[in-house]
Amino acid sequence: MSLRSPLGTVLGMGSAKDGTAHWWAQRVSAVALVPLTLWFVFSLLTLPAFDFDTVRTWLSVPISAFLAVLLVAVMTYHSYLGTIVIVEDYLTSTGMKVLTLITLRFLYVLSGGAAIFAILRVALGFPRL
Amino acid sequence: MPARGRPTSPFLIYRWQIGNSLSILHRVTGAALGVGLIALSYWLVSLAGGPHSYAAATALFASPIGLLFLCGWTFAFWFHLLNGVRHLFWDAGRGFERTQRHASGWFAVAGSIALTLSVWAWVWRHLS
Repeated sequence: MSLRSPLGTVLGMGSAKDGTAHWWAQRVSAVALVPLTLWFVFSLLTLPAFDFDTVRTWLSVPISAFLAVLLVAVMTYHSYLGTIVIVEDYLTSTGMKVLTLITLRFLYVLSGGAAIFAILRVALGFPRL
Repeated sequence: MPARGRPTSPFLIYRWQIGNSLSILHRVTGAALGVGLIALSYWLVSLAGGPHSYAAATALFASPIGLLFLCGWTFAFWFHLLNGVRHLFWDAGRGFERTQRHASGWFAVAGSIALTLSVWAWVWRHLS
């Protein structure tokens, strides 16, 4: 016996397929962000200054660069997950919703990718400009 | 106006209280931090770009509007963190009693304000 309603069959509508995956990913990334963000805030606050040389020297240390890459990656993922829920909640027109979701995905990949590339460029010692 | 006795959507009759206020604030601070993430990326890219682009970025962040945004993001960060931990406890099925909900809510508000002031007092003391 099928549990699908006759109307659902005609409209071709099934389940959303991804169930609790989004909810769970949001929580797991949140847990990861607690130590990562606290590390970042306390690292910045304990820097003697925020000038170019000090900050660049700090980010050149492998452990700083490594944690900064993880921070940006997890934060971008967590923020993306949260933002698409806001869009899904408040945008009712399907066209606008799909367009906004695709734009947001591009924007997040662009922002996260640029930040990670920047950290690697500092840490891996590219020639100073 | 709907005729008397018609069902009303919950948000029209819901009493304003700490629970829904902080729920809304959690989403607002989350959205604000999304914008802050773009600013963080810009700061890192400017650092990789060299002293000139980094100086331009720090000048922007140190401007009055830049500092206002940084203060806002600091509060948003601490609140979203503390209230997020509150949500994680709820997800684990704990802290649902009325007194616990109210206490943890006020703790998140007071804690985020105190931590925001502490961060900026620290920065001001060390950079001035």
